[in-house]
Amino acid sequence: MKHLTSIAALAAGATTLLSGDVTGTVTLKGTPPAEKPIAPLMADVNCGKAAKGTVTTRHYVVGAGAGLGNVFVYVKAGLDGKKFDAPATKPVMDQVGCLYEPYVLGAQTGQAVEIRNSDAFLHNVNFMRSDAGNTTFNFAQGAGAKPVDKVFPNQEVFVKLQCNVHPWMFGYIGVVSNPYFAVTDKDGKFTLKGLPAGKYTLAFKHLKAGEVTQEVEVKDSGAAVSATLEVK
Amino acid sequence: MSTAPVQDAIARWVRYWALFTAAWALLVISIGGLVTSKGVGMAVPDWPTTYGYNMFFFPVSQWTGGIFHEHVHRLVASLLGLFTLILAVGLQWTDARRGLRAVGWIAVVLVVVQGILGGKRVVLNSVDVLGVPGATFFGVLHATTAQVFLSLLAVLALGTSTAFGEWLRSVQSRVRPMDASIGPWLAIMAAVVFLQLTVAATMRHQHAGLAVPDFPLAYGQLYPPTDDASLLAINQRRTGVVDDAPVTAFQVHLHMTHRILAVALVAAAAWTWRRAAGLGRGWRKAVRAWCGLFAVQFALGAVTIWTNKAADMATAHVAVGATILSTGVAMAAARLRVERQFLRAFGPCGADDAFIKPCSAVAVARSA
Repeated sequence: MKHLTSIAALAAGATTLLSGDVTGTVTLKGTPPAEKPIAPLMADVNCGKAAKGTVTTRHYVVGAGAGLGNVFVYVKAGLDGKKFDAPATKPVMDQVGCLYEPYVLGAQTGQAVEIRNSDAFLHNVNFMRSDAGNTTFNFAQGAGAKPVDKVFPNQEVFVKLQCNVHPWMFGYIGVVSNPYFAVTDKDGKFTLKGLPAGKYTLAFKHLKAGEVTQEVEVKDSGAAVSATLEVK
Repeated sequence: MSTAPVQDAIARWVRYWALFTAAWALLVISIGGLVTSKGVGMAVPDWPTTYGYNMFFFPVSQWTGGIFHEHVHRLVASLLGLFTLILAVGLQWTDARRGLRAVGWIAVVLVVVQGILGGKRVVLNSVDVLGVPGATFFGVLHATTAQVFLSLLAVLALGTSTAFGEWLRSVQSRVRPMDASIGPWLAIMAAVVFLQLTVAATMRHQHAGLAVPDFPLAYGQLYPPTDDASLLAINQRRTGVVDDAPVTAFQVHLHMTHRILAVALVAAAAWTWRRAAGLGRGWRKAVRAWCGLFAVQFALGAVTIWTNKAADMATAHVAVGATILSTGVAMAAARLRVERQFLRAFGPCGADDAFIKPCSAVAVARSA
């Protein structure tokens, strides 16, 4: 019996070893609407002072080679039945210059998200509605206030945070039940680290452009994928 | 010593107070409209306190951003409660009409209910009620109760006015014959206006006022498509500074319902304007001024869309809508009451039971 347990442990270790990184780029096809200056931010007595130059909306962040930023990439199917412990690390959603930073964040279900206020004035953090049954909240976070940890037990892409004191402030969190997710950088690039070998459906979800999915087979050498979202 | 002179003085004062309270209520509604237009209804997350303070002692230094609008709305609304109570007491003391006194006390109850609804809209924002998100449920209820409340105050303002009193006496004493019957028609129009304001409040509290961002066409068509592909294309280009939530097919249909009702109401107002020719001079002027407000309101609706729902335009649209409903209800109530009395005294004017018909000739003949 002891030998059987050891063999099972070895087999499990081997499966874990057979994993790779999925890297890729998400691009945008079509011409998105122009970003708008956030006039009320610059007119606000506090936020205007904190702003550096003209602050604009961030609906479509398009970089080199039409790479699309702020796309939440995650494994939508292929991990069925597997359970993952929530990591102890805390992704941070900060409030800086009357904007949420980052604009799009990823977190695992059960993982604490740290919400900070780095501004020298008060914000309220309002998670107004959850279609997935996560507990909503609306709390004030003054200057120098301690960070607040929030946990989302259910998968939800996206959890939307809003400040009503400064109603142009929105931040989004993609919450999924596995640790294989990423947010594309300004050039649309992403990496999903250590995905076990196998076949998966990846989802690429953007706040405005919508969602596309793609099948991918991951080998121990990893995999490269590219996806395109289209704005009509 | 008789208290009559004092009562007379207070009665005079109550007339002005009723008008002032109605105007104050319109101010509260306008500020509430501004709060919703700016999307800052949740800027103060607690109630009845404000960031833990008794709201009357919340430091002015912290009235920043959206907090300013929401907090001012709460303060002026609190004063409205006090003003309404004073009005009810004043009416109770000086006015012999039981009905009018009852309306005063109903207004007191309603302003308290309205305050609680406003608070619930904040603290139960995320709770579903009857399958509807709390923000929408309480928001719409809060907005529509405000309209009913303002209408009651308008009834009190008109009921206590000297001009109305003189007209009432002149008709009752048959110094002046009754003019055309218009009460039922005004009541129907006021009911449709209330329906329109409910649709509008539902739109506003879902922040879907710009679910259709062009006018007079809708996404370049008479009626926009709402299939999934069309909605995706619509939402891909919905990139505002404040209203960034995706619109749904329901919101598009709701917006179009608001437009269709608006066209119907303007047409009804134009018809009423023409038929008001059969009214006495004072009423003709009043009814036609009321009809003119529909044109103003229609234009404000268009400008609200063209300015990408600028907060001042959207708020003016809310304020004029509230004015149309409240003055319509007051006029309808006044006309219905007197026309009913007149009918009892002189009988129907004729077999034809049209909405508006000249009664004066028949009435004068019968009273002679």
